[in-house]
Amino acid sequence: MSSKVTTAVMRRGLGVLGVAVRAERSIFTAAVLSSALYGVMTVAAAWALGWATDHVVLPAFRQGDITTGTLVAGTLLILGVSLLKALGVAGRRYFAGVMQYRMQARSRRDVTRQYLRLPLAWHHRHPTGQLLSNASSDVEAAWAPLAPLPMAVGVVVMLVTAAVALVITDPVLALVGFLVFPAIAVLNLVYQRRLNPLATRAQQLRAEVSEIAHESFDGALVVKTLGREDEETARFTAKAHELRDANIAVGRVRGLFDPVLEALPTLGVLAVLMIGAMRLESGAIGSGVLVQVAYLFTLLAFPIRALGWVLAELPRSVVGYERIRAVLDASGSMEHGTADLPGTDPARLEVRELAYAYGDGDFPVLHEVSLEVEPGRTVALVGPTGSGKSTLAQTFVRLVDPASGAVLVDGTDLREVARGGVSGAVALVPQQTFLFDDTVRGNVALGLPVADEEIWAALRLAQADGFVSALPSALDTMVGERGTTLSGGQRQRIALARALVRRPRLLILDDATSSVDPQVEARILYGLRDAAQVSTVVVIAYRMATIALADEVVYLDHGRVTDRGSHEELLARCEGYRNLVTAYERQGAEREALAAEHEEEVSA
Amino acid sequence: MSAFQGIERSGLATVRHGLSLTPEFRRGLAGTLALAVVATVGKIIVPIAVQQTIDTGLAGPTPDLAYVRTTVLICAAAVVLTALCAYLMNVRLYRVTESSLATLRVRGFRHVHDLSVLTQNSERRGALVSRVTGDVDQISTFMQWGGLMIIIALGQLLVATVLMFVYSWQLALVVWACFLPLMVVLPRFQRWLSGAYTRVRERTGDMLSAVSEAVVGAAVIRAHGSEARTAERLDAAIEANKAAQARTQRIVATVFPLTEIVAAVALAALVLVGVRIGLAGDISEGRLVAFLFLITLFVSPMQMATEVLNEAQNAVAGWRRILGVLDTPADVADPGDDGVDLPRGPISVSFEDVGFSYPGGVPVLHGVSADITPRSRIAVVGETGSGKTTFAKLLTRLMDPVSGRITVDGHDLRDVRFSSLRRRIVMVPQDGFLFDGTLAENIAFGRPSATETEIRLALTELGLTDWLEGLPADLETRVGQRGESLSAGERQLVALARAYLADPDLLLLDEATSAVDPATEVRLARALEGATRGRTAVSIAHRLSTAEAADEVFVFDRGRIVQRGPHAELLRQPGVYADLYASWASSARS
Repeated sequence: MSSKVTTAVMRRGLGVLGVAVRAERSIFTAAVLSSALYGVMTVAAAWALGWATDHVVLPAFRQGDITTGTLVAGTLLILGVSLLKALGVAGRRYFAGVMQYRMQARSRRDVTRQYLRLPLAWHHRHPTGQLLSNASSDVEAAWAPLAPLPMAVGVVVMLVTAAVALVITDPVLALVGFLVFPAIAVLNLVYQRRLNPLATRAQQLRAEVSEIAHESFDGALVVKTLGREDEETARFTAKAHELRDANIAVGRVRGLFDPVLEALPTLGVLAVLMIGAMRLESGAIGSGVLVQVAYLFTLLAFPIRALGWVLAELPRSVVGYERIRAVLDASGSMEHGTADLPGTDPARLEVRELAYAYGDGDFPVLHEVSLEVEPGRTVALVGPTGSGKSTLAQTFVRLVDPASGAVLVDGTDLREVARGGVSGAVALVPQQTFLFDDTVRGNVALGLPVADEEIWAALRLAQADGFVSALPSALDTMVGERGTTLSGGQRQRIALARALVRRPRLLILDDATSSVDPQVEARILYGLRDAAQVSTVVVIAYRMATIALADEVVYLDHGRVTDRGSHEELLARCEGYRNLVTAYERQGAEREALAAEHEEEVSA
Repeated sequence: MSAFQGIERSGLATVRHGLSLTPEFRRGLAGTLALAVVATVGKIIVPIAVQQTIDTGLAGPTPDLAYVRTTVLICAAAVVLTALCAYLMNVRLYRVTESSLATLRVRGFRHVHDLSVLTQNSERRGALVSRVTGDVDQISTFMQWGGLMIIIALGQLLVATVLMFVYSWQLALVVWACFLPLMVVLPRFQRWLSGAYTRVRERTGDMLSAVSEAVVGAAVIRAHGSEARTAERLDAAIEANKAAQARTQRIVATVFPLTEIVAAVALAALVLVGVRIGLAGDISEGRLVAFLFLITLFVSPMQMATEVLNEAQNAVAGWRRILGVLDTPADVADPGDDGVDLPRGPISVSFEDVGFSYPGGVPVLHGVSADITPRSRIAVVGETGSGKTTFAKLLTRLMDPVSGRITVDGHDLRDVRFSSLRRRIVMVPQDGFLFDGTLAENIAFGRPSATETEIRLALTELGLTDWLEGLPADLETRVGQRGESLSAGERQLVALARAYLADPDLLLLDEATSAVDPATEVRLARALEGATRGRTAVSIAHRLSTAEAADEVFVFDRGRIVQRGPHAELLRQPGVYADLYASWASSARS
């Protein structure tokens, strides 16, 4: 990672800033104008003080007389200049902040839109944590230089004005300025170059410490039950100490450069006093000029660091921006066709020679899968753990596209269907239930404009109406992360209602009732059969009762369809299937046989 | 509700208590403060130099260049000296604060693990994590910047004021008269700002959870075509966050210029009043000019004040949160040296009239008495909410009973040292949490000293070699964050192997194979039957095939053991078990 302020980073960083400036042209202009006002008025404030010294203070002290006119003029001058400066400061800070926040919001919108647009396969390739930080810390890093940017522009204006003012006032004293201020600027650059790699490392370690804590606390139960607290603490301590050392290293550089950067302008003021006294002796300048220049140095000392702040943020900004760009430029977005899947009758599903592999094709999970499901039929998809059932189910709703082969609904290849068309006809209830931080109604409707009666009807079909009506605010009860905690079976039933309320013509249940009590599950499945609107159903299950409801069984093993037919047929001829579905029975039988033998032995 | 309320303390008491926990902080504190004093006094060098130059060096008809040179040189030396002191102070400050905060972090981390499961679960994990990360960082930022600023700013105000009174008490009063009203209103601004920051934090939290939903719920959103609704929710959260941020900016953008204006008023007043006093001969011109420079020392403390006070508040809150952890007693505590070690060998357990209720909740276990004899295999069955899992948590001492007691080999469970207890009794929970790493690392988690051969042997004994061969990189297969590269069933296999390798004398399975396919489950059950021969085994089961294999079945119903005995015997009696079994058998075998 590039954490040093190199020329390349500078160039790219300025490019990033350019993007923001073009996007928020008017706000940026307002911020820069305010900041320029602030810059010019800072120089003017020193000049006003010099004027007041020459025209008000010195005459009063040396000649002992002062006119009310000059006194009022001096006072008004100081006040007026400061008022304008204050105006500049206010505008600069406000507009700089607004610009930064607007850019953050803009990037966040773009990134999250892209998350919604990109196919699920892309999501699978990117860890959740990374996607979250793309939308949070990367966005913050990318636009962090925008906060000090207008100030930096203002400082440039300030320096140019100061240089001109100095040269006009006294070229010799100006020379001191031309020595001191470039020295501060260069030192600042060196400072940021030294600091950046260290700060980046500390930031990285902070993330790692947090990761360890996250993982360790998430696995707290395992840590406790296996008595591994000491080892976990040692693991955390090691990283926490690395972070401590990295922070101390940062502190050493900061601790060195901050005092030096503060001492430089002070030494400049002292040099001005010395040289100024010599110029005063030769009659080249008056006392007012001396005060003006010395005061100017005091005023400039702090703002000049703003140039360094922008530079300091650039490397992080470039990295953050490039990460955002990677998301925004991600290709492989799903192409959609123009076909639709009209009608309300049960759909026909056909899978042709379908193959699929995870991770750039290295880990094939499905091979030449072909099957048809006629409208209104129920097919059970059965196979051992890891045989590819869930992946196959995902291709039916086009969550992923097959590597080769095709999925057709009513004869239309799903890839030909227009955006949003597939989810209008096909619904999948996945193995792992996900509830949004929303009400029951919101979780079932998911934005679909449906009446409460329809939601209740779907809940009834999912056998969820009973417990939902018993919730404190029924449909309006918050569920999900910050809401009422529901049991696994209850969550599954809400997820099922979510699919049913859409009146799918093809319904895919991926082990979707595994946590539901057997009796309730049976009621759900019978309900589906007798519902007013019948769907074609593909059900993935282990339970015999579920399988028994199917018209046909497809047996999947190691990613291939190895047999299909009725439950009885498969039971008779497919060994793998038999082993799987009769496992409990055989175990029971064996045990009984053993027990019988044992009894015989005892009685013998 | 979070159990981490901690002890009520004032802000100052919180800080004092926080510091007392980390003795490193006191190391060399006096020296650091002395250096800070010197560094602060350095701030008045310029005004003094200006005053001396004008009043003495340039006072005569011709400037006294030698005097100016001497003054400037002495002042330059003083500047270098103060810079050096500032450097030394910074280095010491960073070292001391970072060391003490690292200690605080580690103590907090360890204490979280020492807390009972119940206490741990009373707060979201993310919030628990931030107590040992972000909250500590907040303290460190404050100590290294804000806290230092407070000391320097107060010192700066003090030395500037002292010098002002030395030069002219009248003008010193004028300056204070100008700044005092500002000092009075600044805390009000700070309160607004801190309220605004709180809102930003809340809105940012909302926004992050909206983003997280869009990412974690990616499959659901696509499956049901609810992209538009999600986009709407995201936009609303992003906008609300932006609006909250802009609000803070408006407050900050008011405070800064306000200070500038007050400083300008002070300058103007100095000129006005200074000239009047000067005419009366009460002040020299150099002193008056020095005042103009001294004013600048008042400006930065005022401009920083709101931010610094805000940071101080955050730091106190951070301290409160980490102290909240440390103050929470580890209610299920290790008896430590006073405890007993269990001898090796099969374990017997006895529940004596055990009752349990969650804090503030209704009782979930009533008068449970049961004996588990050594080498026996027990199945625990019952409907959801009947008390099975509570029973398991009490048996493994994840929680302590509210009434009655549990003994292991005759010792009260509360008297058994954790080092012994956790090795002898191991539970496999339903959700087999895995750590990001390889398969081998995860299996060895229960016994770090295990060799590769031992790991392979364990997998072979459990009949999992076929499964292992199907994995892309054998034992070196990476399981991903929280084991998410594996399926739910596969994660359970790893968790089981992990507990098996730990070689406990009592193995407790809490629906540990619920996501595994029936054939594999039966294979595992058979393997465990062989492997647990000679050990005590307790299984909490959803599928009743496990109960068939057990020596004895405990049937739970509404917090009581209502039936117990071998499967065949229970089946012959009408009751809860017969009903459960009938329902299960019809669904599994129909």
